[in-house]
Amino acid sequence: MKRMLSLSSLLLLLTLLASCAPAGPATLTVMTHDSFAVSEDVIAAFEQANNVEVVFLASGDTGEALNKAILSKKAPLADVFYGVDNTFLSRALEEEIFEPYESPLLAAIPDEFELDPTHRALPVDFGDVCINYDKAWFAEHSLPVPAALDDLLKPEYAGLLVVENPATSSPGLAFLLATVAQYGDPAYLDFWSALRDNGVTVVDGWSTAYYTNFSASSGRGPQPLVVSYASSPAAEFIFADPPLEESPTASILGPGACYRQIEFVGILSGAKNRALAEKFVDYMLDVPFQEDVPLQMFVYPVNSSAGLPDEFVRWAQAAEAPASLDPALIAAKRDEWIARWTETVFP
Amino acid sequence: MRRSPSRRGSAYALTALLVAGLFFGLFFFYPLARILLRGLDFSALDSSAFLLTSHSLLFTFYQALLSTLLTLAFGLPAAFLFARFDFRGRGFLRLLTAIPFMLPTVVVAAGFNAWLGPRGWLNIVLMRLFGLDAPPVAFVGTLGAILAAHVFYNMTIVIRLVGNVLARLDPRLEQAARSLGADSRQVFWRLTLPLLLPSLLAASLLVFLFDFTSFGVVLLLGGPQFATLEVEIYLQAIQLFNLPLAVWLSLIQLLCTLLFSVAYTRLVTRAAVTVQPRPAPAHPPRTFTQRLFVLTSSFLLLAFYFLPLASLPLRSLTRLEADLGQRGQVRYGLTTDYYEELFVNRRGSIFYVPPVQALINSLGYASLTILLSLGIGFPAAAALARPGRLTRLLDPLLILPLGASAVTLGLGYILAFGRFLTSPWLVPLAHTMIALPFVIRTIQPVLASIPDRLREAAATLGASPAETRRRVDWPLARRAVLSAGVFAFTVSLGEFGATALVSRPEYPTLPMAIYRFLSQPGGLNYGQAMAMATVLMLVTGAGILLIEKLRLPGAGEF
Repeated sequence: MKRMLSLSSLLLLLTLLASCAPAGPATLTVMTHDSFAVSEDVIAAFEQANNVEVVFLASGDTGEALNKAILSKKAPLADVFYGVDNTFLSRALEEEIFEPYESPLLAAIPDEFELDPTHRALPVDFGDVCINYDKAWFAEHSLPVPAALDDLLKPEYAGLLVVENPATSSPGLAFLLATVAQYGDPAYLDFWSALRDNGVTVVDGWSTAYYTNFSASSGRGPQPLVVSYASSPAAEFIFADPPLEESPTASILGPGACYRQIEFVGILSGAKNRALAEKFVDYMLDVPFQEDVPLQMFVYPVNSSAGLPDEFVRWAQAAEAPASLDPALIAAKRDEWIARWTETVFP
Repeated sequence: MRRSPSRRGSAYALTALLVAGLFFGLFFFYPLARILLRGLDFSALDSSAFLLTSHSLLFTFYQALLSTLLTLAFGLPAAFLFARFDFRGRGFLRLLTAIPFMLPTVVVAAGFNAWLGPRGWLNIVLMRLFGLDAPPVAFVGTLGAILAAHVFYNMTIVIRLVGNVLARLDPRLEQAARSLGADSRQVFWRLTLPLLLPSLLAASLLVFLFDFTSFGVVLLLGGPQFATLEVEIYLQAIQLFNLPLAVWLSLIQLLCTLLFSVAYTRLVTRAAVTVQPRPAPAHPPRTFTQRLFVLTSSFLLLAFYFLPLASLPLRSLTRLEADLGQRGQVRYGLTTDYYEELFVNRRGSIFYVPPVQALINSLGYASLTILLSLGIGFPAAAALARPGRLTRLLDPLLILPLGASAVTLGLGYILAFGRFLTSPWLVPLAHTMIALPFVIRTIQPVLASIPDRLREAAATLGASPAETRRRVDWPLARRAVLSAGVFAFTVSLGEFGATALVSRPEYPTLPMAIYRFLSQPGGLNYGQAMAMATVLMLVTGAGILLIEKLRLPGAGEF
């Protein structure tokens, strides 16, 4: 037994030592949310050109990752943080986790994406949260696809929609914000109580909504309408087996029906390697990385010189007039909106 | 100078407790203290915060109590079944009950949905049979779903903990009682139950704590209208950035856990009974009642576990893509595409890891977790088995990690370990911390039930404390140690929270890989997630079998 004891203490010691061991040559640490993805060769090109090893830290969903960055701001876990979106932007700026950096590549990015005039958070990509519908279901039931938010209250669409809880899900929150932008505060609550009466289903997060409840996904659920992304139809096409002629889903893109999410990158205050961090931010905004973004994360590049892949052009649709709200207003009201929403939908 | 054996024994016990204490201190109390100190701010709490607290506390207690009672109600007969009877398929059934414990909640929810959901086959069959328009069984989104999932997950704790003791009960006790005229009811209430009490209490406490801190099950199967303390902590800390309220709720949760643990320790010391270790071998059912019991209970267990679990491998091998616009002709077909696809890096993504690698990562972490948790846990359990003033104080503390909010602890790790978090070594350490309370709770009651006379006899015959441990304690506790090892293994394989703390996406475990597939739309992603879940199930099954088959040194002596 004693041997076992000393063995385990030795192991423990070794582990501790291993975790304290000095890192190799130059390392750049990038903290991201769990949905971050990038092509191997794109990162390899950056590593080679700058003689650096890029280490990625996946830190949970959007809110969780930002929370961790804020908690550790005195001793930052990374040099660069990617993944704060416009719903959380004000929070990140208030907490002053970023250092300003005016990248020369901002010139190639339309002004509408630059929500932070102090250049602490730089836009990387955007995506629209929209309602996806099951094409076959609507064809089979000879029912017109709802065109706008108001249509969802009609009796013929009773019980057909599944949404995510805005308190636990980022697309759920985005959809709530779309209704706030469309109807105003507090009229959005009337919309939601009518939607509740019309049999809306609320689940915790995107995976459940899409794979358990949505009828056009492989989960074959009961609802033909789901809150997802405008790019999801493209993903359905790309990850189909066997290959499909066309995507089984599409998005409802009417004015005000979608909410635009913009994702930002920033250099963390106290970054160990500021020069490399700047290079990496530039790299993220430059064309090779930007053209990699659609098929890796199913979002759109903000750099207007970046081309889109063919599947995206055909099956992902960008909303015509997506809703958006002032980040400062969101920061001030988000908790209240969610609380009132909860009271309305779960009385 | 020659020390007396008892002095050496207590020095040994002290060292064992010190090691365990240090481990808990470094990886539990320190990060917890950091986050509590950072977030604690009573002035930020208003009356609505207290209303929220009492509301979610009440629901948490309510559902945990119901779940625990249900788990015991189903688990005890199951424990009897496995401990007493030998029947065809016993090993398989026992394995089946252990598998859910390590399955990620997303996968279990998918399994339940596949047969009880609105489009599950139960509803489809009922709708066809009776010509109904709407699914008659509403399961997902109800309290019933939460309770069923809790029983599904935790019954194995009762089966293992209570079964261990049940299998070691001296059959002569029962024979004696019967020859004195007791009927089977009297034997159960006056003999078996009192003897089982310590292990029963241990199992109930663990089950209760798991239900008390339930998170994924409540979120996924219960839906947004149910919130346990842990769910509320997550909402407040992560989504609403209300750290003071989150920390306050974590404190409440921790305090409750401490209270249970203290109450439990009291009860256990009072209930401790020493048992003559003479295992009763399982035998085939003899009487009609026994046959009936074995038949019905094994059938019920099989139905309860097999149906949701089988739906995953089934789904991973079926393709049901509809031809567009022709939903009437859904093409069902068998396919191995999802398994083949597992090895294809379609997107050329830097985080693509072949599933074999994720499997190797998972197994590596699990092996380290077994080594560490048994290495620290067995000596600590041995030290705690003999009551003393120090142990009475330490005993409830060692179980606290099970009642701590994983969300809060995760944030504490950020503050406590900072850049060390990039080390993949932290994963097995975090898993060990979660597994340790199990390991200690599994081994301790068994060691405590070994009569001191045996050790004294060994000492009289000249055995050193180490030898006594090896020749007396070890053979008697071997079964419990194996059980503990299985727990550590399954905890590590299925653990998701701590792994996702802050992780290097290059070293994903199997559950992480499954989550990754499930967070992208597309038929291939879903199919691959199901395929991975099947692989996880198979690996865990094989692992458990292997550990149980392992002939450990000294095993042959009894």
